[in-house]
Parts: sequence; structure tokens; C-alpha cells
Amino acid sequence: MKYAFYPGCVAKGGTPELYQAMTAVGEKLGLELHELTGAACTGAGVITERDPFAGDVVNSRTFAMAEQLGLPVMTICSTCTGVMMGVKGRVDAHDDYRERVNQLLADEDLHYSGQTDVKHLLWVLVEDLGLDKLKAMVVNPLQGMRLAPFYGCYVVRPSKDVDPLRLGRMGYLEKVIEALGAEPVEEYRGKDKCCGFPLLETNRRGSLALTGKRLAEARDAGADALVTPCPLCHLNLDGQQPETPEAGRVDAMPVMHLPQAIGLAIGITPERLGLHRHIIDTKKILAKVAVAG
Amino acid sequence: MDIKLKVRRQNPEADDKPFWKDYAVEVPEYYTLLDALLKVREEVDETLALRCSCRSHICGSCGMRVNGHAALACKTKLSDIDQGAVTVEPMGNMPVIRDLVVDLEPFWNKLYSIKPYLQPATDPPEREYVVPNDTMFHLDGVVNCIMCGACVSDCESLSVNPIFIGPTALAKEYRFVADPRDAADRERLTQMNGPGGVWDCTHCFQCVEVCPKDVAPMERIMAMRRMMMDMGMEQNNGAKRANAFMDLVGSYGRLDETRLLMRSVSGLGELMSFSKVGLRALWKGKLPPLRPHRIAGAPAVRRILERARNQRPRRFKVHQAQEEGVRA
Repeated sequence: MKYAFYPGCVAKGGTPELYQAMTAVGEKLGLELHELTGAACTGAGVITERDPFAGDVVNSRTFAMAEQLGLPVMTICSTCTGVMMGVKGRVDAHDDYRERVNQLLADEDLHYSGQTDVKHLLWVLVEDLGLDKLKAMVVNPLQGMRLAPFYGCYVVRPSKDVDPLRLGRMGYLEKVIEALGAEPVEEYRGKDKCCGFPLLETNRRGSLALTGKRLAEARDAGADALVTPCPLCHLNLDGQQPETPEAGRVDAMPVMHLPQAIGLAIGITPERLGLHRHIIDTKKILAKVAVAG
Repeated sequence: MDIKLKVRRQNPEADDKPFWKDYAVEVPEYYTLLDALLKVREEVDETLALRCSCRSHICGSCGMRVNGHAALACKTKLSDIDQGAVTVEPMGNMPVIRDLVVDLEPFWNKLYSIKPYLQPATDPPEREYVVPNDTMFHLDGVVNCIMCGACVSDCESLSVNPIFIGPTALAKEYRFVADPRDAADRERLTQMNGPGGVWDCTHCFQCVEVCPKDVAPMERIMAMRRMMMDMGMEQNNGAKRANAFMDLVGSYGRLDETRLLMRSVSGLGELMSFSKVGLRALWKGKLPPLRPHRIAGAPAVRRILERARNQRPRRFKVHQAQEEGVRA
């Protein structure tokens, strides 16, 4: 399985442990990842907010690069995925519009035909690799762990963009957690809700209140940790956790990136997965699982 | 088919807190959730309170949360949703009057506060307004709003920030701001540029997802942010973030979260409030590098952003066209 790998800015910036974990996990799962080093930021919705056409062109440029390699794009960020799927919704279906987009790509001899597939790692695991195969690779089942799924808005909404064929992609994270031997916290109400990150600069109090709410819901549901396919959510749920209204009064809640949870189960060391680089200590998780040496 | 409904009930005057009540009924395959709830009320439990009227997704009365998210009960076919047990709750972000009936007064008050009527610059013309087709077509979706409250129910921002004016009122505001006949756009946008306005939206797409009429409130909110920035309302964190974002991606091809934050927040005090978070990240070796990595082809990305900006369409307003002597 080969992919044009789009790590996104945050995996190479504020959450370097995600990139580190994905590299290790990709190797072990047999995913051949060709990193698109020349691809630009998706804009995380902000370029689209400022100038939708610019956002569509910048992302089509990435799709054109993947097309040159003849590979589908694989992402590891809910936000990148959502933005790309939204762009595809506008650009793929309309030949005239795509032509306008392509005029701005011609400078670099790039051309987007409207065919590039975009998949988050989460979708790759279920749709391409297969849960049975993933299960077969588990050497350290995360038994006894209650992991709350935290999707990140953009990998589940709008569903017409991110799950156009109605494959039931909202539900994949629970399935993956189960395949890793852990117990998905099904009753966790926060799973498809907002982490607060997009409000961080414009209404910090509101942002932290949302983060705190999601963490409280996880605690109330009896979760040992959260698992997220979105590094922007991680920036708030982990990085801003000590700043949330309830911090200090209640137990801290560790937050794993999706590839870290996979890595632990398929026998990669916590060190290589960068689990020591979190703001909220992950020892609590490691104590629960028999981790490979 | 047999259907199980798990309904969240409460009579605030008598009950300390809400409770769940289960109902099992047999219904035909073609039934909607509303049909089933009415059957429960008529045949099983006459005390169950709910609102409804047209039963054909026109009136917007039967908004409620179905399996966790807002929907119109009359538009929800039972055969389309999980039949193990359907959970039914009153809409969120609104006080419960009884069972599935919520108090919509705060909802209406927010809607009235935006002056939801046309404010043209002059008296209406003798005959109809003349405007180019494409200046009205894009309003198709937003005029479809039936004010059911589904978007407000599931609004994440409202759940922690009661002063946020919310998606229904903001979508309605856009409906007038973007209407070529309305001349109060600057005044409207100035009002929405403050606390509780467009910058308090958390961009979570909940309103877009649950709207039964494809009004896409969040998209309208983003469009108003853009209009404000294009009008020069750029002295707020949101606009500063958008401009800094464009500039950083134009310079490096990628985002640098630290620089983005530093250029988005206002003043030393606000910056200091983030410093603890930064120091913790630094301690864990997580701060992005001091000099951001520049992608190959960054200059091409800058060119794209600049050329795209020059293609931004100009908005058409009747009063401006009249002043400039342009005919539609």
C-alpha cells in the first residue's frame, strides 16, 4: 500500500511526536509513505475563511503533486482531511471551476484532473489495510484499557464531504480501538464534539471551557485516556489541559495520538512513539499495558 | 416493526432532574419518529409533552435531539436510524419547559436583535428592485431557514458562551448583509464584529450538519468574517489570525503555530497568558523551530495567494450601483 504522505504542519511543528510515531507505525504496518515535502499548508479552514478560492488552489496543488506520483493522499490530521475533502467537493465536480484552479497551477507545471483520493490514516486502517490484518499484528493487546475516541470535527463533518459514500466513517475509531485490544468508551458523548482549538485566539475562555468539558465527559464515562486522529485537538486536549477550568482539582487525562495507540499495541516502544513528549504524563497508560521492551 | 424509544423527560416544576423513560411500540416501516412519538402519546402515555404542527418539515416545530444530535422528528424516518433503541431528548442550549418542549424565547430574542428585515438606503422603487441574478441566487439556501432551532441546539460555542448570538441569528444576519437591496451591511457587520458575534463561532460544522434545510449557518458566518476583513475591520484577534495565517503560508508554505499565536493575540497581557503553555511545550521539546522550515515551492504558494486575491468578486449593492450610475 503506497500513499502520498501529507503529514500536515502540526505533526512537524507543535506535536512532533505524532510524526515520529507515524513514521515508526507506517514502517511496521507496511505502508509505503512518500512524503509530499513540497506541499503547502491546507489552511486549516483559515485560508478558506479569508479567501476560499486561494484555499481551493493551494489544496489542489497538493492533489496535483499526488497525481504526479500516481498515489492517493494519506493524512494524519482530521483538520487537514476535512479541509481537503471540502476542496474536493468543490473542485472535482465542476470542470469549469477546476480549469480556473488549474490556471494558477500552470506556473509549476502542475495539473489536477479531479481524481486524487484523500484518506486519513483512520480510513486507511479500516478500508485499505483491514481491521483483521491490524488485529493480527497486535502483539501487546491494550487489554483492560478504556480508551475514549475523540475524532476531531473535520474528519466527521460535514458528512456529505467526508463520508460521501456513507461508509460509516463515524464509528471507525471505536473499531480500531477494539482491534488494538482496548475497550472503546462507547458512551463518551464528547467523541464528535469540539475540542475548542479554533477559538483559542478569539475567545480563549470559551476555548478552554470546551476543552475542559470534553475532558470532564471522558472522566465521567470512566476513560483511562483519549485517542485522537487530530493533532490540533491534541494541542488543546493535552497542551492546554493544565489551563482548563477544572485542572488541578481532578486527575489529569492523558491523550494519545492515533498512531501512538497503534504503536503500543503492535510492539513499538513508548520512547519511539514519543509518549514522553506529552504535557500530560502518559505513565498512567503505560502502567496499564504490558509494553514491549 | 417493533421500535424502542428512550425518551429524556422532565417536568421542572415537579422533578429535581431529568429521567429516562422507555417506550416500546409497534409501527409500520414508513413511520417517522414523530409518527411514533404521537402514537406513544395517544396510546401509551398521554403525559408525554412534545411540539409539532405541519408534520412535513415546513413549520420547524418538532426539533429535538435524536441519538445525540438535533433533527426534525417529522423528517427522521425510523427505518433510517438505529433501531436498537432510539434516544430522544429535548434540544440543547435551551431551557426545558417540559419533556421535549423547550423555551424558545431566548432564541427569538437573539433573532430579533439583528433586525431581521430589509433596511434599504432609500424608499422602495415604484416597481420591483432590479438586481443581477447571481447576486440573489446564492441566497437560496439561507432563505430556506425555517427557524427550527436545530443549529442552536447543537452549537458547541453556545454551550459554553451564552452571549454568543448563535447560528440561526447569524445566518439571518448574512441573509440581509448579502442581500443587494439591504444598505445596512456596514452597521450590521460592525455589530457582529464584537463580543458574541462572528468571531465567537468555533467552526465545528455542527450547525451545517444538523440543519434540515441546508442553510449552512457556519459557511455564512465565515462569509461575514471575510466581508468584515475586506471592509477593513481588521483590529481583532480573528482578523489578525487570518491575515497572519495568509502571510505565514505565503512566506514559508506552511504554518508556524507559535508565530501565528504571537501575531493573533492583542497585547502583552494576552500573550503572557499563553506563556505557561509555551514553556511547558518547550520543556518537552515541542515548540516549533525558531526559524520555520520553508517548503520547496514556497514562492509559488505566495504567487497563488496573491493571484487568487485579485480574482475575488466584488459585491453588488443596489444603493452603491445607483450612486455610481451602474445599471443591473
